Amino acid sequence: MVNPHWLVRNKGLLILLPSLLLTAIFVYGFIGTSFLYSLTNWRTLAVDLSLRDPLWRTYTDMLAMPRFQADLRNTLVFTILFIGLAVGTGLGLAILLDRQLAGKGFFRSAFLFPYALSFIVTGVVWRWIFNPETGINLFFDILGINQVLESAGMNPLSPGWTTDPEVVLSVNQVLAHAWPGGATFQIEWGIPVALIPIAIAATWQLSGFVMAMYLGGLGGISKQVRDAARIDGAGEFRMYRSVIIPMLTPITISTAIILLHVSLKIFDLVFAMSGVGPGFATDVPAIFVFEMMFKAARYNLGAAASIVMLVASCLVIVPYLVHKFRSRET
Amino acid sequence: MSLRRGILWFILGFALILYALPVYVMIINGFKDASSVSLATMWQLPGRASLGGFTEAWAMLSPNLRNSLVMVVPAALLSSIIGALNGYVFSKWRFRGSEVLFALLLFGFFIPYQAILLPLVRFLQWINVYGTLPGLVLTHVVYGISVTTLIFRNFYVNIPGSIIEAATVDGAGMIETFWRVMLPLSLPAFAVTLIFQFTNIWNDFLFGITVVPNPKAQPVTIALNNLSGSFSVDWNVVMAGAVIAALPTALVYIGLGKLFVRGLIAGAIKA
Repeated sequence: MVNPHWLVRNKGLLILLPSLLLTAIFVYGFIGTSFLYSLTNWRTLAVDLSLRDPLWRTYTDMLAMPRFQADLRNTLVFTILFIGLAVGTGLGLAILLDRQLAGKGFFRSAFLFPYALSFIVTGVVWRWIFNPETGINLFFDILGINQVLESAGMNPLSPGWTTDPEVVLSVNQVLAHAWPGGATFQIEWGIPVALIPIAIAATWQLSGFVMAMYLGGLGGISKQVRDAARIDGAGEFRMYRSVIIPMLTPITISTAIILLHVSLKIFDLVFAMSGVGPGFATDVPAIFVFEMMFKAARYNLGAAASIVMLVASCLVIVPYLVHKFRSRET
Repeated sequence: MSLRRGILWFILGFALILYALPVYVMIINGFKDASSVSLATMWQLPGRASLGGFTEAWAMLSPNLRNSLVMVVPAALLSSIIGALNGYVFSKWRFRGSEVLFALLLFGFFIPYQAILLPLVRFLQWINVYGTLPGLVLTHVVYGISVTTLIFRNFYVNIPGSIIEAATVDGAGMIETFWRVMLPLSLPAFAVTLIFQFTNIWNDFLFGITVVPNPKAQPVTIALNNLSGSFSVDWNVVMAGAVIAALPTALVYIGLGKLFVRGLIAGAIKA
């Protein structure tokens, strides 16, 4: 006699089989292959899958490249700027809309609208808004700021935005003191000014998403909680700071992790806005991978950088997913 | 109280202007003619609205728009159907190890695609679909399965198991139950998934630029980026092109905003 559970299991598996096979090949198989490529001598158009000696040579070479060091710095700086700005703006918008208000739905839709557009479309526009010859800089004249500055004998404002090669607040000195290897960095560890416009554009695009997440959470906070806080004499500002925002912590964590994931693999927006930037000031690992694989034919190098990106993403996502699954099962 | 309302409206209005600025730039400069478009006057309204930029952008981008459409429709449909079947099994016919399989499947949603790019390109070359729209459709379907499965699973979990039991008592099998009972209930989930996939695939850039190197066969996002980087194209044409490339997802958003937000939250695994 056929065991019905066996049958169910097999029928279910049969339905899942195509997806499981595709995932096994396209996700796990390809990741393994990329990793393998990163260990080989494949550095030209001709495929060469002989292993490097020492095996990790491509990784050590890559970490010694000033460009890749700049990419790591840029990812770190961009992530902090972007998450700070996007979470702050999104939370602010959500709190402003967290009340009875005519046109509330309209505002919510308007702030979320950029999220529906592609990074390329918006990047193409932002590129000109942050062009030093035009865009934002025109407002310094239109609003009369530059005229005032000039009449006071000062230089007019005209920031270079994405074309500015400067790295401010460099911490190389500190690093060199703290750690013997710190002196060997070939790049300035600081904030590349050119990344700021990109963080602003990314914030514009994703703060509506953050707002939507927070509005979902705010909708779940009961009126009793708010009333209780008010009875305790908390003003609106105190109520949000001491009661409501702490209650939204799980949403803050989820949102920050999703944004972190966006920033670790950001590609299109930077590609359309500034490319690698002056002195690699806006280069990111995703662009590095793309150029090594599809322009420079340095396949092992591109593969190694992509594995670094994957590991970084996994360090963020895997603990989060494990936590999600655990908390749902209990 | 009314002063506070005033301040609130002022801040919201100001934010609205800031959020609208890039869209404003796109639209007003798209409507300028080639002789009056200039970077020095990018914030000013056109003296006289002209459709010249749109006509030219349309002539340049319409083959790529067609490519995008030919790619996105089958890719969104196929990945949604596969996701529905998977979600059905993962929610209603669990077996030992099915949760682990689900987690393994879901992982594909979170990887940076750079980590599979090179083997993907070689594989597509090997099966002879590299550089073609079918190759791109296959890519989007495969990497879409994880998120569509997630959305459908989360949707089906909330459908009471008694419905399934009733159907099986009536003698319906697993597939028949799906077809007769679950599918008619799944329209909202299909709407959410289709919108989510439509937006994601339409807006994709990485797969388009790497899997399809031939400009004639490329989706519109890549064509727009090429247009923007070309010095021989007037700026009003680039801006009109940006509007054209944005329009399909923008219209979906404006028309079906509620479903869009639900897909967004589902994609953010609000489990």
